[in-house]
Amino acid sequence: MKRFLRVALLIMRKDLTVEARSRELLLTTLFFAVSAVLVFAFGFVRDGRPVENAAAGILWIAIAFAGTLALGRTFERERYHDVLHALLLAPVDRPAIYVGKLLGILVLLGTVEIVVVPLVALLFQAPLLRQPLLIVTLLAFGTVGFAAVGTLFAAMLIRARSRDVLLPVLLYPLTIPVIIAGVRGTAALLQPEADIAMARAWIGMLGFFDVVFITLSLWTFEPVMTE
Amino acid sequence: MPRSLAHSTSNGVADFDRVSFIDVSKYFGRRRALAHVSFECEAGEIVGLLGGNGAGKSTVLGLAATILQPSSGQVRYGGRSREDLGLALNARIGVLAHELQLYPELTARENLEFFASLYGLDQGVDRAAEALARAGLMDRGDDFLDGFSRGMRQRVALERALLHEPQLLLLDEPFTGLDEGASMALIERLQALKTAGRIVILSTHDFEIAEMVVDRAILLRAGRLTTMAPEGGSLRDRYRDVTPRVGDAGGSG
Repeated sequence: MKRFLRVALLIMRKDLTVEARSRELLLTTLFFAVSAVLVFAFGFVRDGRPVENAAAGILWIAIAFAGTLALGRTFERERYHDVLHALLLAPVDRPAIYVGKLLGILVLLGTVEIVVVPLVALLFQAPLLRQPLLIVTLLAFGTVGFAAVGTLFAAMLIRARSRDVLLPVLLYPLTIPVIIAGVRGTAALLQPEADIAMARAWIGMLGFFDVVFITLSLWTFEPVMTE
Repeated sequence: MPRSLAHSTSNGVADFDRVSFIDVSKYFGRRRALAHVSFECEAGEIVGLLGGNGAGKSTVLGLAATILQPSSGQVRYGGRSREDLGLALNARIGVLAHELQLYPELTARENLEFFASLYGLDQGVDRAAEALARAGLMDRGDDFLDGFSRGMRQRVALERALLHEPQLLLLDEPFTGLDEGASMALIERLQALKTAGRIVILSTHDFEIAEMVVDRAILLRAGRLTTMAPEGGSLRDRYRDVTPRVGDAGGSG
C-alpha cells in the first residue's frame, strides 16, 4: 500500500511539474471555464439581475466542460514518445498509475474551481460562499466522481484515433448523475434559506457515486491497459 | 543442456538464465505477426534479430518485454512464465524501444530520477547522476530533452533502460541516430553487459554493427523464423543467401 501511494504521488508530482512549466492544460481549461461563465452571464443576467437558480447549473456546466478538456489531454504526455509503455513495464501496480493521473487532474480542476466559484458568485450574485464547508465538499466529491470516470476513459481511448470525439460521448452519459447531484446540492445551498439537509443528502449521493466509480476504475484499469 | 534457472528471491527479485520462445504465434486481429517461432537466448549472450520492415522483430521484443501476450505458445524466463514471476519479472527487464519513452518536458536528470523512483531504486539521485556520466551527458543533465539531438536522447533512453540493472535487455534498433563514437561506446557497453551475464536481444538493420556485436543472429521473414548458415561469410552475405529462397513468403515491407 505504501509503495502504491508512493508511485501514485510520483506520477502526480511528475504531471504537476510538467504542468507548472508549460501551464498548457491549466491555461486552456481556465480560459475555457472563465469564458463559459462570462458568456452565460451575458445571457442570464439582465439589468444586473440574474435569472433565478441559474448559478448552480452554470457553475457545474463550466466545471464539466473544462474538465472534459483537461481529461482529453491527461494521457497525451504518455502517448507522445510512447512513455505509457515504459510506465506499464515498470514493476508497479497499474492502478497506481491511474490514481497518480487522477490526483494530477484533481489538482488542476481544483485550481480552476478556485477561480470559477468566486466568479460565478460575483456575476450571478450567488451566495456560494455562505456555507463554505458544504460547497467545498460538494465540489470536491463532484469533481472526484467526474474525474474518476474521465481518467479511466481517457486511458481507454489513448490508442483510439477519434478519442477527442469519443471521450465526451462516453463520459457525459455516465457522469450525468454526478453533475445532476452537484447542481441540485449547490442549488439547495443557494436558496434564500440554505437547505442544509438537502445539500447533505446530495453530498451523500455524490460520495456513493465516488466510491462506485473509483472502485470500478481501479478494478478495470489493469485489464484496460493490458493488450 | 544447462539446467534452467528462474527464481524469486526473498526480496522479490526474479532471476533467470535464459529466455525461451516456445512455438509462439501472435495475431493482431486477423493479421499474423508471428508464426510458430521458437528460439532460446542464454545468459551472457547477445542475440540479434534481423529482418526487413514488418518481419516481426518488434513483436518478438514486445512479447519478451511482456507488453504483448502470445496468441499461442509460451515465452518463458528460465522455465517460468510471466504469470509465475509477476511484477518481479518487470524489475528484471529493460527495454529500449524505437520510440524513446522519455518525457521531453523534463530534463535528462529528471527523467532518470523519475524512472529510478518508479522502479523503487535506492539512491535514485546518485544512480541518475552515474547514468548521465555513462551517457557522457553530465554537462547537459539539467537541459530539457526536447533540446537534445536524437542520438543524445537515445543515450539517455538507453541509460533509462539500464537503470535497474536488468537481467534481460531488449533493444529495438539501438544504433539509430548514434554517431560512430556513440555506436562504439554502445557496443562496448553491450559487451560489458554480456560479460556480466545479462541476456541481450537487439533488433537491427545494420549488418556491419550486428557483425561486431551479436553472438548469434535470428532471421525473421513475414513472422517466421528462417534458418541462416551459422558460419561462412559475412552476416550480410549469409542473409542474402537466404533471402531469395524465402522471397515468395513476403515480408519485405
